[in-house]
Amino acid sequence: MKSEGFLSRNIAGFSQALESVIAADDLSRQPGLLQGLDSRTKAASFLLLVVTAGLLRNLVLLGGLFAISLVLVYLSKISLTFFLKRVLLFIPLFTAVVAIPALFTTPGTSLWYIGSHVSITQQGLLSAAFLLVRVTDSLSLGILLVLTTRWTDLLAALRWFRLPALIVSIVGMTYRYIFLFLHTANNIFMARRSRTIARFSGAANRHWLAPVLAVTLAKSQHLGEEVYLAMLAHGYSGEIVTLDDLQACGRDFLWLAATLVIVITLLWVNYL
Amino acid sequence: MHIPDGYLSPVTDGVMLAVAAPFWTVALKKVRRTLNQRTVPVLALFSAFSFVTMMFNVPLPGGTTAHAVGGTLLAIVLGPWAAVVGISVVLGIQALFFGDGGLLAFGANCFNMAIVLPLVGYFVYKVVSGGSEASSTRRLFGAVAGGYLAINAAALFTAVELGLQPLLFYAADGTPLYAPYNLATALPSVMAGHLLVAGPVEALVTGLVVLYLQRSHSTLLQTGESSKGEGRRWALWGALAALAMATPIGLLASGTAWGEWGLEELKTLGLGFIPQGLQKIEGWWPAPLPDYGFPRMGAVIGYIMSAFVGMGLIIFLLLMGGRWLMRKNTSRMGLPVSRNASE
Repeated sequence: MKSEGFLSRNIAGFSQALESVIAADDLSRQPGLLQGLDSRTKAASFLLLVVTAGLLRNLVLLGGLFAISLVLVYLSKISLTFFLKRVLLFIPLFTAVVAIPALFTTPGTSLWYIGSHVSITQQGLLSAAFLLVRVTDSLSLGILLVLTTRWTDLLAALRWFRLPALIVSIVGMTYRYIFLFLHTANNIFMARRSRTIARFSGAANRHWLAPVLAVTLAKSQHLGEEVYLAMLAHGYSGEIVTLDDLQACGRDFLWLAATLVIVITLLWVNYL
Repeated sequence: MHIPDGYLSPVTDGVMLAVAAPFWTVALKKVRRTLNQRTVPVLALFSAFSFVTMMFNVPLPGGTTAHAVGGTLLAIVLGPWAAVVGISVVLGIQALFFGDGGLLAFGANCFNMAIVLPLVGYFVYKVVSGGSEASSTRRLFGAVAGGYLAINAAALFTAVELGLQPLLFYAADGTPLYAPYNLATALPSVMAGHLLVAGPVEALVTGLVVLYLQRSHSTLLQTGESSKGEGRRWALWGALAALAMATPIGLLASGTAWGEWGLEELKTLGLGFIPQGLQKIEGWWPAPLPDYGFPRMGAVIGYIMSAFVGMGLIIFLLLMGGRWLMRKNTSRMGLPVSRNASE
């Protein structure tokens, strides 16, 4: 393992995570259809749509659901290429690779023979298509929700859905400190790269990585204690108080009704 | 190992969420008891650490890199229940904000990676290290073995969940509607990667970090310590799980247990007639899992699954019964006290 590659790969990973969050945060502040909706109605409706994607048993309808999400992308003024790159690049690509053997291994009616023994079956083709379209549908809906909702609003929505305040505060605080740790990790790797002129072996890099992890772990414990003391100084008594100033208006109810119509129509066409 | 949405049916997602829920309740209760007001900041910081660790690329022999989960490490340092909450929070953030792991599959992902992984890892660590010193080699071995077995246990559950999909959810023409590979394919393909690559990576990272902690931050290795009695309880649960995994040995035995014959077997045993009473009541109860098996599933897997389902039911009934009895006793004991107070 070349040390340069290992260090750069880590630095690239950290910056990519930071970039994607910053991009999402920027988009969620822009004007657009979904950005203007209340986070609770949005979260509820997207959950409903993801469940529908799980329940549909018809490829055309599943494709239709993807088309609907693309229309929503357009109406929310998000760049279509940006969105497609973000959705399709990793998980559906991985799924497509995973699904390839299923074309041949699923028992059923043979469609095309490759050689004399191996054949692509109709059932295999259909099941691979189901998996791919379903994964793409669910992922695009999930990403669309995150791109158009500020994370504080999303947490407030979770709180409103009766998720215990303790959990919501842990999630909120974790999310905030992830960036601190990403930044710290990035600095550690940058510092190492700037001081590295030789090429280290994989074993040497592994031995370097262990203390990095251990010290970051010790640091996180130390910081947890400090943050706790700071919270105490601000009057924290263990009681969690949240400020949920969410307000739903007519537009939100209209959106919820539209989602219900879409969901019911899709399921009705599929099952009746 | 993060299962995206679309691989599992919504029914499976719901079941896994229900399976994970009691673990979360217990974990939160335990964590609040030990951490008290510190719960939010301490867990948040550790979860953030865990999130970033999962992003680290670890250099492997041969020139590639891989990610470690670090779940066993977290369980060793924080204690198993804090690790359950911490990793669940990380998985939630990954699913919600980074599209890594499905929103509906959250329960399944949590069960595999945030519940099975730290609990198995901690159990193995505890059993191997016994009551040894924080700086002992036995502890290091415990951590390495824990890291290796924990990620493989998590992978095993993932493979079973994926492998059950085509057996349970298919269209009329046999097209699998979700993950297309059955247990016979899913188990070896998922397990091979974890037994050979992910397992050693996890063991390596856990081992190296624990070794470093032993040398320079040994106090951190004592934070997650539990009392002696708790250690024994862990051993008991472990033994129970091991017994369930050993149930397929029962398949080796031929014949039927004495006195448990069905009507057909009674005839072959040489009994000239079938008692009328027996004939009448045989089959009045349609068992949900006949012959300890699940339909469309291999005998061994079906047998293990039946063992877990059966044990789960018995434990649930015992716990509920025990709780009811406890409540009854305390209310009985409470009466004279209140009378005294009113006097």
